[in-house]
Amino acid sequence: MIGVLALQGNFDSHIKILKKINLKHKLVKTRDDLSSVDGLIIPGGESTTITNLLRKNQSLIDGINKLSKNKPILGSCAGLILMSKESNDSRVHNFAFLDVITCRNAYGRQVHSFEAKINVKNGIMSSDIDVLFIRAPKIDKINNDVEVLATFQKEVVAVRQGIHIGISCHPELLNETLIHEICFKGKT
Amino acid sequence: MSKESFKVKVGLAEMLKGGVIMDVTNLEQAKIAEDAGAVSVMALERIPSDIRKDGGVARMSNPHMIKEIQDNVSIPVMAKCRIGHFAEAQILEALEVDFIDESEVLTTADEHAHVDKHPFKVPFVCGARDLGEALRRINEGAALIRTKGEAGSGNIVEAVRHMKMITSQIIELKDADLSKKAEEFRVPLDLVEEVAKNQKLTVPNFAAGGIATPADASLMMQLGAETVFVGSGIFKSQDPSERAHAIVKAVTHFKSAKDVLTASYDLKDAMKGILMSDIPEDEKFSNRGD
Repeated sequence: MIGVLALQGNFDSHIKILKKINLKHKLVKTRDDLSSVDGLIIPGGESTTITNLLRKNQSLIDGINKLSKNKPILGSCAGLILMSKESNDSRVHNFAFLDVITCRNAYGRQVHSFEAKINVKNGIMSSDIDVLFIRAPKIDKINNDVEVLATFQKEVVAVRQGIHIGISCHPELLNETLIHEICFKGKT
Repeated sequence: MSKESFKVKVGLAEMLKGGVIMDVTNLEQAKIAEDAGAVSVMALERIPSDIRKDGGVARMSNPHMIKEIQDNVSIPVMAKCRIGHFAEAQILEALEVDFIDESEVLTTADEHAHVDKHPFKVPFVCGARDLGEALRRINEGAALIRTKGEAGSGNIVEAVRHMKMITSQIIELKDADLSKKAEEFRVPLDLVEEVAKNQKLTVPNFAAGGIATPADASLMMQLGAETVFVGSGIFKSQDPSERAHAIVKAVTHFKSAKDVLTASYDLKDAMKGILMSDIPEDEKFSNRGD
């Protein structure tokens, strides 16, 4: 059972992917919802909005921190920013599950959003998947223990640290399941 | 415009789900909205209730005012153009607003045609009262549909009517002659077929027009809206910041009456609403555009 943080954002499209790879899901809005989950997705959305809602519920923040000790967490776009150790916007909450520095809206406003193929390298496997970059962040700096999982035009767009994964774009909006499979398959 | 770039437009609408989009008329209000957890702000010179009161021609807002907000908030900024006024839309695109609302709240520019939205890189949101209207807008390239409701009224009755109408008409498609429906709606058959099969619109479906309280927001979410627009409801109330926070919370936790109760608890008076019977037919915003 994978939890999908549903305070705000595109939790729907992540649920679609979990169904596609035959993983059960549940919406997470409170700490109680975290019981019995084997992993968590922090979706895209507005990181200021999600921060605002998280900070009204410290027990949920504590619960997510506790979960991160032994269950995989996947963050996309806003989710990546929230999982990073630091971002260029001090108003946004940082769980610091990934030792990276992120930069919000780094490609510009919506007219600069785009579709692309990114290259995913997982062990010896290398494959290209389709994604959307929607007012996407960039990963500016990667520190020790962080592994590059995917690149686009030589820039790092997905990282892994231990069991956690963060990605700056949206494979889930184009029905790509690979990142979710890498993060959760065989771990539930 | 290719199918791929349409997905990029709908992609932003997906990111706005489960949130509140707030009308703001200046930078100070935009900051209050952002701090309260708005997923986006709609920058406009006058909120709908003032447009209604002031009369005259309501046009696209001054670009300078929109730009000032864009430069100072990090969330997406939307702006309105008049129905059919593609030149206003072109200006808003050049300004790089994140979403254009082709809106019945402004004075109609073309009584026969809406903007052809396909050639634009910026996504459009359009209002609808029923399924036919929603599908015509999607067919023209809208990446997001919202109920028209009755903007500036502080009265939820029209938004409820429009949301329930769209929902029930989608269910009716199950047993309907789809080519007849396509003819009735004046849209291609494949669009009607897709909606009939998936039992939902092909783009996200938000609520707008008359939402003034956390309870209104919860009602629209329970009726199937995926996000709510709040126009006059916040900055025409006596406690904009508290109300903005409360409505954001009510949308996230719309299924929990306890949470909506807590959100509603300490609020001051909501905006004064208007009865539909007190608005002459020819002054209803929702009658503009078809």
